[in-house]
Amino acid sequence: MVETSPKKLLVIQHLNKNFGGIHAIKDFNLDVNSGDLIGIIGPNGAGKTALLNTITGFYRANAGQVFFDEIEITNASIHDIALLGVGRTFQNIRLFKRMSVLENVMVARKQIFKRPVLQLFNRLDHEADLERAMDCLSMLNLSDKASKSAASLSYGDARRLEIARALTGEPKMLLLDEPAAGMNETETNELIEDIQLIRSKVSSIVLIEHDMNLIRSLSDRVVAMDFGLKICEGSANEVLTHPEVMSAYLGEDEYVIA
Amino acid sequence: MIADHLFFAGINLLLAWSVYVVLLSGNLSFAQGAFMALGCYCAGVLTVKLGWTLLPSVLLAGSFSALIATIVGYPTLRLKGIYLILVTLGLTVCVRVLLENFKFIGGVGGFGGMKGADLTWVLMAVLIFGTLLYFFSRGPMQLVCDAVREDELVAASLGINVVATKLATFAVGAFIAGVAGALYGHYMNFVRPENFDVLLSIYVVLYVVLGGVNNMWGPVVGALIMTLLPEYIRILAEWRPSVFGLSILLILLLRPQGILRFRMSTQSSKELLRHG
Repeated sequence: MVETSPKKLLVIQHLNKNFGGIHAIKDFNLDVNSGDLIGIIGPNGAGKTALLNTITGFYRANAGQVFFDEIEITNASIHDIALLGVGRTFQNIRLFKRMSVLENVMVARKQIFKRPVLQLFNRLDHEADLERAMDCLSMLNLSDKASKSAASLSYGDARRLEIARALTGEPKMLLLDEPAAGMNETETNELIEDIQLIRSKVSSIVLIEHDMNLIRSLSDRVVAMDFGLKICEGSANEVLTHPEVMSAYLGEDEYVIA
Repeated sequence: MIADHLFFAGINLLLAWSVYVVLLSGNLSFAQGAFMALGCYCAGVLTVKLGWTLLPSVLLAGSFSALIATIVGYPTLRLKGIYLILVTLGLTVCVRVLLENFKFIGGVGGFGGMKGADLTWVLMAVLIFGTLLYFFSRGPMQLVCDAVREDELVAASLGINVVATKLATFAVGAFIAGVAGALYGHYMNFVRPENFDVLLSIYVVLYVVLGGVNNMWGPVVGALIMTLLPEYIRILAEWRPSVFGLSILLILLLRPQGILRFRMSTQSSKELLRHG
């Protein structure tokens, strides 16, 4: 069999994003192939979330191009990008707190938007829809909390519900913005297992994270950013031992304690 | 006499629902009086000047209001909170001034000759819109609106077209207000632009705030209480604005989400609970 090169799902070329005089993202290039799990690391303010927001249409790029699945999505509207198959979560958890856990995932079903007028007076209990939503919930161990209010969830469960909600939209690519933020070690280890499970459901995942344990155990490839620039890219071990990454995180040599 | 009261209660209920529908996607509209006026005059022109029958005139009047709402809404619904409130208030004032200066429909002097609407008409309208709202509130689009109301950006990130959702609720709200206006005009036989004063738009919003913004029954309670109570307790009629103000204050202090504050659960949650 002839080996074909893996399909490029996301292509970012010379992306720039400025806020006034501040360059949040500078000439950033990245290819994400289908099947990839890419970790993005970098100190606070490095431009990781800005990158994610620019890909998903929350920010408008000042220059450069983003392609998803061979379609240009630079500065497309947020919902169009989402409908193409880009799912995301948020660094600060943003659930619909007035809804139940199940409703939080039900609202993300894409079928709703195919024939919006026909959906107006439809009932919600189509077996297939419910099943799909419950599947996503059970994948993240939330099925027993389906009828609870989203506001009543514990911190870890709320984080997991965000991922389940993004998954219900059946994205091709999932962008996770610091999924382990604020979690203790046990919770983080559970999350690592969850993300490994999710990998079978989406073709690629981009993960922004500070937790190096999580980055090490999940990423195929790691990209390090600082001051909006990509400083290096490679396997987790290569990147984490790269001198520029060390100095970005720990400062100049004389300040290194350990 | 009692038919009169019920008729106005029905009109106010329709207007309260029209505010509620716009509020579904998180926008507070003080323009419902304007859409009511547009519907009223549009239907009046159709029946009196062009000799149409009442039913098509009412429907076209509603559609006309919805069309104006779409045109006005497209650039303005990107505004949020207080800015959108100012735009809708401005629209109410504009429409009144426009009608006052339009000689073809009587100007300040008013426009007459409409007839044919009675209590049955308004009850039918309440029944139809009520049924549609009831089924809507159990379906997936209610969830879509809820999502937009709670967090626009997250809703968009799930693939929801936020502007289209807001525009749709604004247009449907204007449609209901337009129908209410058409029925009102054909009941009163004679209307003047000052009938659609900006205070009317404000009162209607207060019905909804008073009754509750989270479900379709809140506007019912608010509109019925605030229309019927003053009619039957005469002292209240004279003190209407004061009683109104006082009750709003009390409600906001004691039940900030309105008298009926529950959120209707959608079908799926109920099904799920039944199956365990």
